[in-house]
Amino acid sequence: MTASRPNRPSSPSRAEKIDAAFRDLHPALTSGAAVTEASRCLYCYDAPCIRACPTGIDIPTFIHQIRSGNLEGSAKTILAENIMGGTCARACPTEVLCEEACVLNKGEDKPIQIGDLQRHAVDHLIEQTHAGAPHPFQRAAATGRSIAVVGAGPAGLAFAHRAAMLGHDITVYESRPKPGGLNEYGLAEYKMVDDFAQREVAFLLGIGGIKIRHGRALGEDIQLEALRQAYDVVFIGIGLGGAARLAIAGEELDGVEDALSFIETLRQTKPKSKTPVGRTVVVIGGGNTAIDAAIQAKKLGAESVTLVYRRGEDAMSATGFERNLARLNDVQIRLWSRPSAIEGNGRVESIVFEKTALNGGRLQGTGEVYRLPADHVLKAIGQKLRPMGLDGLAAENGKIQIGPDYRTSLDGVYAGGDCVSTGEDLTVQAVEDGKRAAEAVHQALAAQSVERV
Amino acid sequence: MADLSCTIAGIPSINPFWLASAPPTDKKYNVVRAFEKGWGGVVWKTLGEDPPVVNVTSRYGLHKDFKGATLGINNNELISDRPLAVNLREIEECRREWPDRVIIGSMMAVMEERAWKDLAIRIAAAGVHGIELNLGCPHGMCERGMGSAIGQVPEMVEKTTRWVREVVDIPVFTKLTPNITDILVPAEAALQGGAHAVSLINTVNSIISVNLDHMAPNPMIDNKGTHGGYCGSAVKPIALNMVAEIARNHQTRDLEISAIGGINTWRDAAEFIALGASGVQVCTSAMLYGFRIVEDMIDGLSNWMDEKGYRTLDDFRGKAIPNTVNWNELNMNFDLKARIDEKSCIECGRCHIACEDTSHQAIRIEAKDGGGRRFVVIDDDCVGCNLCQHVCPVDGCIDMEEVNNGLPVLTWPDHPKNPANKAAAE
Repeated sequence: MTASRPNRPSSPSRAEKIDAAFRDLHPALTSGAAVTEASRCLYCYDAPCIRACPTGIDIPTFIHQIRSGNLEGSAKTILAENIMGGTCARACPTEVLCEEACVLNKGEDKPIQIGDLQRHAVDHLIEQTHAGAPHPFQRAAATGRSIAVVGAGPAGLAFAHRAAMLGHDITVYESRPKPGGLNEYGLAEYKMVDDFAQREVAFLLGIGGIKIRHGRALGEDIQLEALRQAYDVVFIGIGLGGAARLAIAGEELDGVEDALSFIETLRQTKPKSKTPVGRTVVVIGGGNTAIDAAIQAKKLGAESVTLVYRRGEDAMSATGFERNLARLNDVQIRLWSRPSAIEGNGRVESIVFEKTALNGGRLQGTGEVYRLPADHVLKAIGQKLRPMGLDGLAAENGKIQIGPDYRTSLDGVYAGGDCVSTGEDLTVQAVEDGKRAAEAVHQALAAQSVERV
Repeated sequence: MADLSCTIAGIPSINPFWLASAPPTDKKYNVVRAFEKGWGGVVWKTLGEDPPVVNVTSRYGLHKDFKGATLGINNNELISDRPLAVNLREIEECRREWPDRVIIGSMMAVMEERAWKDLAIRIAAAGVHGIELNLGCPHGMCERGMGSAIGQVPEMVEKTTRWVREVVDIPVFTKLTPNITDILVPAEAALQGGAHAVSLINTVNSIISVNLDHMAPNPMIDNKGTHGGYCGSAVKPIALNMVAEIARNHQTRDLEISAIGGINTWRDAAEFIALGASGVQVCTSAMLYGFRIVEDMIDGLSNWMDEKGYRTLDDFRGKAIPNTVNWNELNMNFDLKARIDEKSCIECGRCHIACEDTSHQAIRIEAKDGGGRRFVVIDDDCVGCNLCQHVCPVDGCIDMEEVNNGLPVLTWPDHPKNPANKAAAE
């Protein structure tokens, strides 16, 4: 006889627990909390936060608009300068940009939560447009010009949106199956929940006049010279597709992976628990990607995650907020160590590190070595330009050289974002590059038209 | 420890804090709770002749600032909607059970002598310490010829006051409406009618906001709204001025004043007393936070008085009246300049933009060595208006410094630019 048992809520499965761990890092502000936070803003004149924003968003105005209940206007103020304001609100290191410049810091008060407020306004408008409201920006009269964009990341899409708005027709060539670039493939899952990268791209394309062709990699499926022939202008925003190598023994062992490739797999895997992860993970690097990879490995269930950086904590490019986040997530951070060999039999088993020190300003190995066990090594030591298909373009510091107005060394070819010599490895800077390059292209095309007359 | 006991129109009170005639004093239950918290007295919610009025739903609208703090409330509630006999019985019980607390009976009636006199006699018989004439309610009751419909006509103010004086031997408070042009006119009428005191202000006629979805004033009653009476912090400056007008006018200065209007804290109360009020009445603040607010009013006032060396309320009552003057009596040679403390400045630029756009273009921005900006007052252009100091978010960052110009006191009547003086000279 089976006795009837009271219904108990079943405890969440391992997969559900892991998915839960990837929920929003900062939950969205409620309307009330947003207005309260907006009310703390002093509405500074010629505000320092505006100057600290690479895209120059009029921050006091958009915050005032939240306060007055004009959310559409607020979002438009943001998006007019930064069409990817939604991603930047989530992923920008605001503590070293706008929020660092907030005058309230000087008054020993907390800075305004500019990122959270920006997300509040932009999310509202994106939801409205997905529900059928018109795109907030209109296209100018058609110019009859067509432009090819290579790369559907932040720089390419920001370029495409601004150029489409100015009346040009845009075709974007993208090697991967989805648009968004690092927004889709490289940012931590908990910063971009609910498929935000794709929702944002769909919103951006709502302006019209932009076609995206996927599966077209530069140098393989498409050639720069052919694009130059077929279009009035080419804009290159291909980012940095190649991972830097450690160039040490054992780098080819199974279980040694680029951190970005690990994050990409994670971002595309559902449920998250199906993402392969080791039990003993070692992350090498000191940037935000290293932190993102380390935290996410931990959230996937790795027993121990150690992040190893070759210099001191002050030199890490990961912000203080990110470093704290890592520690809160039980990531061990080891400093002043560089890998000298990866060991294992077919598969990684351990890494040998040499301790480092500064000697007259130069980083040097001390000769003292130690070994960390590892069955999964994630390399996050930076990205470099993949030179495929870039023949004829002058380079500078291993990236595409640009002059004023984002012009490359080839006539009619412009470039911006992480792939150019001035690139900063920041989404918000890539968006600014795309926007300003589009305006420069527009000016140049208009000047040409005048000459033809 | 300061002594907060006082006498208001001859009525002794353990402290100057009374609850005004309004929803908080509608019935014994509330009044007992108020007395338990320490209120010195209550003015019972206005009584009228039976049958009782009937109220509508809803009744309140709130005016808030961006941060959600309440600036003011308006209401469309009428006078007591309970039978007169029930109110009078409860008043008697409260008087018996709380012998050291003051109960004033508020009343209104149509403009008929018999009605005022009969009602006043019945209320006095319940044992109240005094009667307050509600001549101010600006909504509903005025449409029936009562409340502000009477308070806005000086002759009626005088008559109703006199009618009540003629039939009762307890102090009479005439409650004035602010919905008039010059408060001195009804105050003088009340005095002529024999009022022992005036209570002011009653609520200010108002529409609190408009619901833009329904295109109707708030609060909506079945998709329609009406004007109501506005009260709370926002009306305090209006009330302070009206109290001061009466207190410094030579004809009305001997009228005792029971001050009402936006009193939230002990400091608000002290301000009204400094302008001559004998005591204060509170409503909105209690409606927002409950009767417990009186505890800090008592404690805060007492501490402040100790600090200032005032033993009794009389020690500072009316002390601000001599300094409240007409514009013509102000010293035109007095000069202030803004001084911005660079060290505490957080560089928000609010002083600059306020002065640049709306005042005298007297604050310049300079770039600081090593980044940042400095705000510099141009003394020749600064008129000392204070705007920069008010908009500055940092306490003490902007000071107004007196210019020692050595000039004598000069008022407008004596000013050489006064056209009247020129004409006289010619």
